[in-house]
Amino acid sequence: MAGQFTKNTGRLLRFLLRRDRLRISVWMLSLVTVTLMIAISFTDLYATKADRQAIAETMLNPAMTAMVGKGYGLEDYTFGAMMAHQMLLFTAITVAIMSILLVARHTRADEEEGRIEMVRSLPTGRLSNLLATLSVVFMTNFLLALIIGFGLASLGIESMDLAGSLLYGAGLGAAGFFFTAITAVFAQLSENSRGVIGFSFFVLGTSYMLRAIGDVSSEALSWVSPLGWILGTQVYVNNYWWPILLTVGVSFILCILALYLNAIRDLDSGFLPAKPGKRRASFFLQSPFGLIFRLQRTGLIAWAIGMFVIGASYGSVLGDLDTFFEDVEMMKQMLTPVEGFSLTEQFITMLMSVLAMMSTIPTLMAILKLMGEEKKGRTEHLLSRAISRTRLIGSSWVIAMLVSFGMLSLAAIGLWSLATASIDGGIDLGVVYRAAMVYLPAMWVMIGFTVLLIGLFPNGSSWIWGYLIYSFIVVYLGNLMQFPDWMSNLSPFGHVPQIPVEDMNIMAIFILTVIAFACTTIGFIGYQKRDIEG
Amino acid sequence: MPVLKTSNLTKKFGKFMALDGVNIEVNEGEVYGFIGPNGAGKSTTIRILLGILKATKGNVQIFGKDAWSEAVEIHKRIAYVPGDVNLWPNLTGGEVIDLFVKLRGGNNKNRREELIKRFELDPTKKCRTYSKGNRQKVALVAAFSSDADLYILDEPTSGLDPLMEQVFQSCILEEKHAGKSVLLSSHILSEVERLCDRVGIIRQGEIIESGSLSEMRHLTRTNLLVATKQSIASLDEVKGVHAIEEQGSEISFQVDTEELDAVIRYISQFGIVKLESAPPTLEDLFMRHYEGKSNIGAGGAV
Repeated sequence: MAGQFTKNTGRLLRFLLRRDRLRISVWMLSLVTVTLMIAISFTDLYATKADRQAIAETMLNPAMTAMVGKGYGLEDYTFGAMMAHQMLLFTAITVAIMSILLVARHTRADEEEGRIEMVRSLPTGRLSNLLATLSVVFMTNFLLALIIGFGLASLGIESMDLAGSLLYGAGLGAAGFFFTAITAVFAQLSENSRGVIGFSFFVLGTSYMLRAIGDVSSEALSWVSPLGWILGTQVYVNNYWWPILLTVGVSFILCILALYLNAIRDLDSGFLPAKPGKRRASFFLQSPFGLIFRLQRTGLIAWAIGMFVIGASYGSVLGDLDTFFEDVEMMKQMLTPVEGFSLTEQFITMLMSVLAMMSTIPTLMAILKLMGEEKKGRTEHLLSRAISRTRLIGSSWVIAMLVSFGMLSLAAIGLWSLATASIDGGIDLGVVYRAAMVYLPAMWVMIGFTVLLIGLFPNGSSWIWGYLIYSFIVVYLGNLMQFPDWMSNLSPFGHVPQIPVEDMNIMAIFILTVIAFACTTIGFIGYQKRDIEG
Repeated sequence: MPVLKTSNLTKKFGKFMALDGVNIEVNEGEVYGFIGPNGAGKSTTIRILLGILKATKGNVQIFGKDAWSEAVEIHKRIAYVPGDVNLWPNLTGGEVIDLFVKLRGGNNKNRREELIKRFELDPTKKCRTYSKGNRQKVALVAAFSSDADLYILDEPTSGLDPLMEQVFQSCILEEKHAGKSVLLSSHILSEVERLCDRVGIIRQGEIIESGSLSEMRHLTRTNLLVATKQSIASLDEVKGVHAIEEQGSEISFQVDTEELDAVIRYISQFGIVKLESAPPTLEDLFMRHYEGKSNIGAGGAV
């Protein structure tokens, strides 16, 4: 009878491992490498106890607490305390994302594609696929916990002993367990994999928010959040194991629930009924512009929130900037003081180049969507109707231009909102906003290059990402690594005047804008003349 | 004046010659069948007609306009259904139909509802949940509710069930009776036989045969099934007789149309008990072109 449910689970488990051997290895390797490298880098960056105490001071503000969690052991900020405070939460979130994606991929996504149907038509048990998936992801998390635990301990860093390191690893593993289980439940509830991933990320986001609010205002709220439980272990300071047991216990109960729901439902069905969609298209949707926007709506909203939060998190540290700069040797190399300007103003110009380049990512995605649609054979639906190519690529271009403006504005406003709260006497929005907007022409050049590639070399259109990465390296790290000037001159971001510290350079802005529009025009003409693939 | 006319249409992808001098003509009120095996160049031709690909040589006139440079004007009067309908997974079928109809300009709401009912499509479902057949229905509903003058259909029924295939055929006949023109590329030869006034067969980028079915049949062989009192002596030596098969007491064979008279005279000597004649089906015509040169009849069909 048990065979009804579990037959061939072992075989499926090996099959899943075979399918994911690369994927899982890459996740594990990156997580372990980053964790160990950060731990080592702490010993270089903050060599003395005084260094560490100084950085602890800068951590003592609500914005920081909301972002990375409550600091335990700030009064004696050892390497271990620092690691647990600054790294545990974000690494746990990454492990959670890994678990969510792996589980969704092997449950609802496979079911939606009809692969589970194939598997179920073979002599396999009703729950075998879910059991195999849960086992694979649990094993991944368990192994990750052990490797990180023993790995951190093996570094032999003072204050990071074996017991604490194993708990650190266990915290990550437990976070993985919880999100594996919750995703497995959602895989039974939602009818499609986008829903599963969406709900699971919603739980992850809510956990983060609840913990952020709880850590700042009321501790009880943090204990509602699974991420709060992980931080509650107070790794390397008090080493509490019971929150791990709590997390694993809850995960186990959720798994039982997922298995039960899977056993009683039909294949391809979900418990949350898919509500019927719209019978008619809204007025807005009935144009290429509306369609292209609609296809990217969710992604753009997520990016908009993300850019605001990134801006805000940079803004939150501006108040402690002076302390920060005196203590951190690396930062001194990046910024040479300029007469007449505060460190804050100088720092803002540096942040703006980073924020502008980050805002370029959703901007380029918006214009490259056109290529994605072409590759999937969907542009021909539009071009075989009364839509000219100019109108199609023009609509994409307008959306990209709006995205560039919107994302950069949100990042600047986000930065200003927390900066003005954390700096004594506040800061003028106009100053911040001008410092941001001056980067728009450089972003337009990036759009222009992309349009040029789409028009003339459609298969090479993704090279633009390489150019953006190059720009990031030469402009952001240029000062630190002492690159020659011509290297940053090859990037449009290298020509933007760093106001308010530098004077406004109308000529540079004008030339960038001309290049941007020239490339766009050539790209438009090329798009007119070439074959549409797909 | 033909609605659609290509002259010497040639398309190269690098060195590969996808189309080599294709000439097609579709007249007003006519259903033109476009048949050929996979990879023969049907879809390439259609995509040039739509101005999505640019011809290397030759030109296409639709409604007297150039298909490449005046694509948008032409598309206002065209409805197109691709063979492989890829839709946006997060939009509903109803939304996609509205979008398609709107993008062409003009909107016939009653027709839309009627077609949705006839094709038994649920327009409130997301495209991600549709099967191949249902995605084709979305494209077909959008095409037929847009009141076009020329329909370009690229294997539009490959995913439809026989009932829906019937609905599709009646839609085509309605458009034909309304004086509309259709270019129908299809693998389903019985469908082409039933719907099309004229047929073009394409092989390796060349039109190897075109004309009305009766013209094409005339150039080829007739199938005969006979039973005679005495067995027919040395039938295989008679000029114009092919593919002899004995089926019990009966014999079936094919006869080149111009030799029909002589062959009937010859076999009548043996005392005909039964004689059935059938025109070649489109499938016979089609197969003959693809079974290699040796089988191509003396009728000079090529």
